[in-house]
Amino acid sequence: MRFERGRRHTVRFTLNGKAVEGEAEPRMLLVDFLRHGLGFTGTHVGCEHGVCGACTIQIDGAPARACLTYALQVEGQELRTVEGLAGQDGALSPLQAAFRRHHALQCGFCTPGILMTMDAWLAENPNPTEAAVREALSGTICRCTGYTQIVAAVMDVARQGDADA
Amino acid sequence: MKPAAFDYVRAESLDEALSVLADAGEDARILAGGQSLGPMLNLRLAQPAVLIDIGHIPDFDRIEWTEDGVIVMAGARQAALLADEALAARQPLLHAGMPWIGHVQTRARGTVCGSLAHADPAAELPLLLSVLGGVALVRSASGQRGIQAADFYAGMFQTDIRPDELLFAARFNALPEGAGVAFREVAERHGDFAIVAAAAVADAGGVSLGLGGVGDTPLVYRWDGLTLDLARDAVWELADRLDPRSDPRADGAYRRRLVKTVGLAVVKHALETRHAI
Repeated sequence: MRFERGRRHTVRFTLNGKAVEGEAEPRMLLVDFLRHGLGFTGTHVGCEHGVCGACTIQIDGAPARACLTYALQVEGQELRTVEGLAGQDGALSPLQAAFRRHHALQCGFCTPGILMTMDAWLAENPNPTEAAVREALSGTICRCTGYTQIVAAVMDVARQGDADA
Repeated sequence: MKPAAFDYVRAESLDEALSVLADAGEDARILAGGQSLGPMLNLRLAQPAVLIDIGHIPDFDRIEWTEDGVIVMAGARQAALLADEALAARQPLLHAGMPWIGHVQTRARGTVCGSLAHADPAAELPLLLSVLGGVALVRSASGQRGIQAADFYAGMFQTDIRPDELLFAARFNALPEGAGVAFREVAERHGDFAIVAAAAVADAGGVSLGLGGVGDTPLVYRWDGLTLDLARDAVWELADRLDPRSDPRADGAYRRRLVKTVGLAVVKHALETRHAI
């Protein structure tokens, strides 16, 4: 099926468990569509070429750069953004709570991408070594923390044995 | 940092993708995982008229193990091959080399065939295909052909794929019985493109060494009958003959030094892990 340039086309997918629908031009980045089209501004836009990791979300459970994905690509797929981590009552997820406890953020710009990366990664790697955590964090850039507190927060959650952070 | 306008085709079948490709030819680009093409589009280094998304084609992400090797179809993601239970035992060189590709997020989306077709001279998968040997299976509306790994890379970001063809699947050849393997690379940060990447296979007859980041395409060298005590002289003699490329990250002389250290390290490790047959 062909979607012409310069026109908006309907795209439907699941976002944080709810069916959503909107209109996007073929060249619209998924991250821009989430923020401007749907108003989900928790996902941040950094480098726009896949290096910084700030825009990382989950597509069908796997971490993905929302700046290297076009909105029309995710038709019918399951997306999860940082807005989907906390419970209905606003209670922080175990990973979010650990970030707070360990001061794993300062300005917070990179935090949504790191949370979505490590949330998916911990589900696959519930008993990681610290070296493995550092390797998994290598796809997201933080300029405030020096990473030490982020590693501590992730290791803390892993030790709690709660992979569903 | 937004791509130029393009028509987007969400192909529901391989035939649909090939038919659009037959019409558009060089004006079209194939979109699979988008981890190499996406940055080029966003930076407007590529401005195709049509983007053909093959990510929605059913049953297009299979990974098949055969006696000849592992066949990876165009939709299969790098993370899927890396997570394949057979990988460590049946294809230890891919198992050693693939964790060096990008990051968790890019491996989750990026496809094996997409990286092969992108043909970055410093990328790991083109190097692995070149040193293992194998076949690139390409298909157009008029038929299918196989391209031997040794003939696949034509230059920097260039392959033997014609404008109306797409890379449908690739086979990485199985290792000879008892072969020893090793992979190592040097990059500014883990996950960056390699300044120099080296992969070695030691079999009963000798050693093959593949080098990435040195030339415009992956380079493969072969020494028959090479033994550990001759390895240093062989690799250093090779490095002195090479004329590695220079770029803002590293000059040719530094790359030559890396070939001597990293190249020698993988050759030795491959020889040391080779089993008697």
